[in-house]
Amino acid sequence: MPDLEPQRQRVYTPDSVVTEAPWARAVIIAFTAIFLALFLLLPLGLIFREALAKGVGDYWQALTDPDAVSAIRLTLLVAAIAVPLNLVFGVAASWAIAKFDFPGKSFLITLVDLPFSVSPVVAGLVYVLLFGAQGLLGPWLQEHNIQIVFALPGIVLATVFVTFPFVARELIPLMQDQGTADEEAALTLGASGLRAFLTVTLPNIRWALLYGVLLCNARAMGEFGAVSVVSGHIRGLTNTMPLHVEILYNEYNFVAAFAVASLLAILALVTLIGKTVLEWRYGEAISGRH
Amino acid sequence: MSVAVAAPRRRPFIRKTGALPGFGLALGYALSWLGFIVLLPLAALFLRASSAGVEGFAVTLSDPRVQHALLLSFGVSAIAALFATLAGVIIAWALTRYDFPGRQVVDAMVDLPFALPTAVAGIALAALYAPDGLLGAPLAKLGWQVVYNPIGIFIALVFIGLPYAVRTVQPLIAEIDRELEEAAATLGATRWQTVFQVLVPPLAPAALTGLALAFARGLGEYGSVIFIAGNLPGVSEIAPLLIVIKLSEFDYTGATVIAVIMLALAFLMLLVINLIQAWSRRRMGNA
Repeated sequence: MPDLEPQRQRVYTPDSVVTEAPWARAVIIAFTAIFLALFLLLPLGLIFREALAKGVGDYWQALTDPDAVSAIRLTLLVAAIAVPLNLVFGVAASWAIAKFDFPGKSFLITLVDLPFSVSPVVAGLVYVLLFGAQGLLGPWLQEHNIQIVFALPGIVLATVFVTFPFVARELIPLMQDQGTADEEAALTLGASGLRAFLTVTLPNIRWALLYGVLLCNARAMGEFGAVSVVSGHIRGLTNTMPLHVEILYNEYNFVAAFAVASLLAILALVTLIGKTVLEWRYGEAISGRH
Repeated sequence: MSVAVAAPRRRPFIRKTGALPGFGLALGYALSWLGFIVLLPLAALFLRASSAGVEGFAVTLSDPRVQHALLLSFGVSAIAALFATLAGVIIAWALTRYDFPGRQVVDAMVDLPFALPTAVAGIALAALYAPDGLLGAPLAKLGWQVVYNPIGIFIALVFIGLPYAVRTVQPLIAEIDRELEEAAATLGATRWQTVFQVLVPPLAPAALTGLALAFARGLGEYGSVIFIAGNLPGVSEIAPLLIVIKLSEFDYTGATVIAVIMLALAFLMLLVINLIQAWSRRRMGNA
């Protein structure tokens, strides 16, 4: 999979030989502006317009509705469990992959990236087939009174699946780039392995780690398809924010639907700002390119 | 077309000369977690599919509703990915080559479809293009209906695919050696010739990769599509939605069959992307 992160760019000063004619430039810039305004800005702006269509009072009421509050709580809880799980996995996987050589390494990297190629709906389905009442482990789970699908564990598992590669894929290229010399020096100077990791590796990767966590968190809080399949849509119990948005929208309660949606849109904007700031400020520390 | 999802060899041996600790722990943990979260559930899917057998596949696939959903998902994703790639290359060019006010903000905005939850994008697009919506109303006057038909799906998938198209091409545009363009100009090429004979060929593999990524993502997309599509069976019902419907009808075999087909297509795209990149590396030397 290619690197999707934007790189630091150099802006070229116009030079008649190696750039387009002024009219062509104007057309291309105008196309970019109009296209992005139509496809990105307009939908984003519409969310806030619709949310506030009946005034701030209705907006606030929609957000403080008990079902909305429990959806917000559940979303925060799921992200608080899923993101740390993927953080630990990401660090462990990239430590093994970047600092050591072993056969099958590139195959392992492909497997780590695999969840990105799986449709969110299929991601939800596989857990239903494994843990659902009709699933492989269903009878055993029922016997022991363990509920996974249509309950919190299923939602967390589906969320972990769809956000699985986020942290690892930020760290692997960076840690491969950094090599093992720093850690070896620390070990030579008498540091324990754990100490070398905490005082040498971790500071080296902290910005990339934060970057990965930021993207992972945005997806974890916003995941819809996978969670929708495993949640069972029980109001006040297994409804996350995106699922609650769907229910309100299908009930034609547009103000409330867009009010909850506006919180998720704010999350997306904060994520974008954080991501951009990290890229500007610590671009090299994240990408490992110099 | 099944893809083996066997775990990598169980006891890899360390060939590194370095003496860093923690290899066994890190790899063991990573492999077990990968197995539990990704491989075991996917294995359950393939197990279920194999127990459905040829008959299960035949029954599900002979249903015109399933055929239509698969063809629709495949066709609209392909067209939307193509459109997103063409627009994405132009946008990437503008963002990399030209300086204009607000360029950096626009650049950051391109990632919005990555960051915005799909359900939120879905209801926003549906409201925007509804017959009484901000864009839907003027389009309705022209006699165009966008929601509740494949055009709506197309719009949602262009939205979703755009960042893939822009972000795969953008770094390559930034890396183009300007001396090549100067050389072409000195040799008497018009700017038009330079763009199509000097610049487009090295960008083609990246554009194709972006196309494949946008297509793969579009194929599986659910949240941003279902609201604008209206989900009329045989008209605007996509394959991922049909999986959800089959599940709610407790038709586990039907859901599994559609899922396996979509998964196979996704793996095929992964393979195509890897082939494109291998081809591009061979062609460009060590790019």
